[in-house]
Amino acid sequence: MRDEVIRRARGAVAALALAGLVVAPWVVDDYTTAILARTLALALVGVSVALLTGVAGMPTLGQTAPYAAGAYACAVVGSQISDVGVVQLAVAAVAGAVLAALTVPLVVHARGVIVLMITLAIGELAVTVLGRWRSVTGGTDGLAGIAAVRPFWGLPVLANDQDRYLYALVVVTVLVGAVLLLLRTRAGLLLRAGRDDETRLRASGHRVPLYLSGAHIAAGAIAGAAGSLLVVAQQYISPADFGFDTSALLLLGVVIGGTASIGGALVGAALVIAVRDWLFGVLPGHAPLVLGVLFVATVYLLPTGVHRARGRWGLPSEPADQPDASPERDQATVPELHR
Amino acid sequence: MMVVAAGSNRIDPYLIPALDGIAYGLLVFVAASGLVFCFGVANILNLAHGMLYAIGGYTAAALFDGGWASLALALTVGVLAAAAAGVLLAGLLAPVAAGNHLSQALLTFGVALAGGSLLVAGFGPDDPQVLVPAALEGSVVVAGHRYAAYRLVFIVVAAVIAAALYLVMRRTRAGMLVRAAVDDPEMVACLGVSPARIRAGVLAAAGALAGAAGVLGAPIIGPGTDTADTVLLLSLVVVVLGGLGSMGGTLLAALAIGEIQTLGVALLPSAAPFLLFAAMAAVLAVRARGLASRWRAA
Repeated sequence: MRDEVIRRARGAVAALALAGLVVAPWVVDDYTTAILARTLALALVGVSVALLTGVAGMPTLGQTAPYAAGAYACAVVGSQISDVGVVQLAVAAVAGAVLAALTVPLVVHARGVIVLMITLAIGELAVTVLGRWRSVTGGTDGLAGIAAVRPFWGLPVLANDQDRYLYALVVVTVLVGAVLLLLRTRAGLLLRAGRDDETRLRASGHRVPLYLSGAHIAAGAIAGAAGSLLVVAQQYISPADFGFDTSALLLLGVVIGGTASIGGALVGAALVIAVRDWLFGVLPGHAPLVLGVLFVATVYLLPTGVHRARGRWGLPSEPADQPDASPERDQATVPELHR
Repeated sequence: MMVVAAGSNRIDPYLIPALDGIAYGLLVFVAASGLVFCFGVANILNLAHGMLYAIGGYTAAALFDGGWASLALALTVGVLAAAAAGVLLAGLLAPVAAGNHLSQALLTFGVALAGGSLLVAGFGPDDPQVLVPAALEGSVVVAGHRYAAYRLVFIVVAAVIAAALYLVMRRTRAGMLVRAAVDDPEMVACLGVSPARIRAGVLAAAGALAGAAGVLGAPIIGPGTDTADTVLLLSLVVVVLGGLGSMGGTLLAALAIGEIQTLGVALLPSAAPFLLFAAMAAVLAVRARGLASRWRAA
């Protein structure tokens, strides 16, 4: 009964939020609309981070790599081959998926903090490549003057901020809906089962690495599509859009949102990005300091951060400092808040 | 005589980049060894490690004026400041649930962000000029080439640091405790050694190593706004390639990275952007099986 009420309430909140997002461009000014469109793209990357971190149990700091691959693929296709949004989205998603597929062998056997480390290295290396491969990426100057996009063959080009924002909103809604539907199927169940008890799932004959590879590639495709939205929203990209701080901000947003909740990831990532944009506006120069302090404060305030430690504090042997902490513990300390 | 000259001519253009690669690699090794400690002993992904290096670099730029006395002062202050930052980090991490890697990573990232901002606020947004000791300012002749004396001395000093590290880990009680804490932390705790103290000590040692690397390596990877990111990235790649926790592997990986960044770029300039990526992929592909079992165990 209570579950039913909560589910209804959550549906109502989601519908209200969507309605608010649809009317937003007529309420706020053009600049804010453009910022909102970019936030939507980043929130979609947040969804892919949540898919890996919370649902599949592979905490990642490297989703900026497929995100960047999608964005640059979209920019190159947009300026040379096609200005049709659907084509660019597909190309960007494929680029993200291909990059994710290439990095599968590096991450699929690792667990816990090692995945964080390897994915971080992958993301940083991707940014290094972007900065140096001048002939394609324009180096650290980035690519500017990307042609306006038309959503579908025969439709007019998206000429103003409102149109671009609504296009991003439609794409994000469709993709998030698809992810939510997919997670309700057997695939979602298997991913969660692999996260909760990998040994048992393996013992019953399931090929967990195969599922994880699938999730990794799917998350790469989503991040790639988000890259295409970034190009549409900003009409300019540079390696600075895909830095290490972006990954960390998205991970923070996903953790705030409850790690395994897709809706929570959307809200959390959007919130964190909005705070960052606001801070850089009001405190030029000191924004990183405040942002860093906010990171630390958030970790202390999170129910999963400190609370668990207090429960464990009294234990004599302090299992805390085990270097070979099992992957189960990693997930056990990040429970799903919004199951 | 002619044959020798012809032979040496083919190697000659690459001798200097190769030497540079050794200097670079040893620098990265000293910086990365701190990260190995954090990771192997305390099981922490310390994203603030690059900032610890930057502390050393900025200290060198601020205190060092070319004389030996100021070098000793800069080294002492840089090592102490970075070690203190490591202890501070350990204190901040203490209340966070151990094993909660996400929270730890986010917290250390927050510290890195705030610390980097404070460093820029304290030392200015421009990359400061770094001197080398006046006595080492010239160049020496190596196999018919002029080579910066500082780098040659740096190679020797870094090799001494690496050897000292090895001896400390193998021969002293502290090193034994650290290795024991990697193997079986509960047993070490049962022996009456506080794991929290080991963790603080390890983070302090990691800070000291990063600080020393920052001071001595300032003429090679100088302090600046993106130093922390560069050092963190190179250290991470080295730690991953080195097999996560083994000092010998870390040293080999660091030297390989150094050669790739210098000799590799000289040999294949067009492929330079991808060399690090390709090296990482190649090593991981070759060693995938061994690393996979190690990763699962870790």
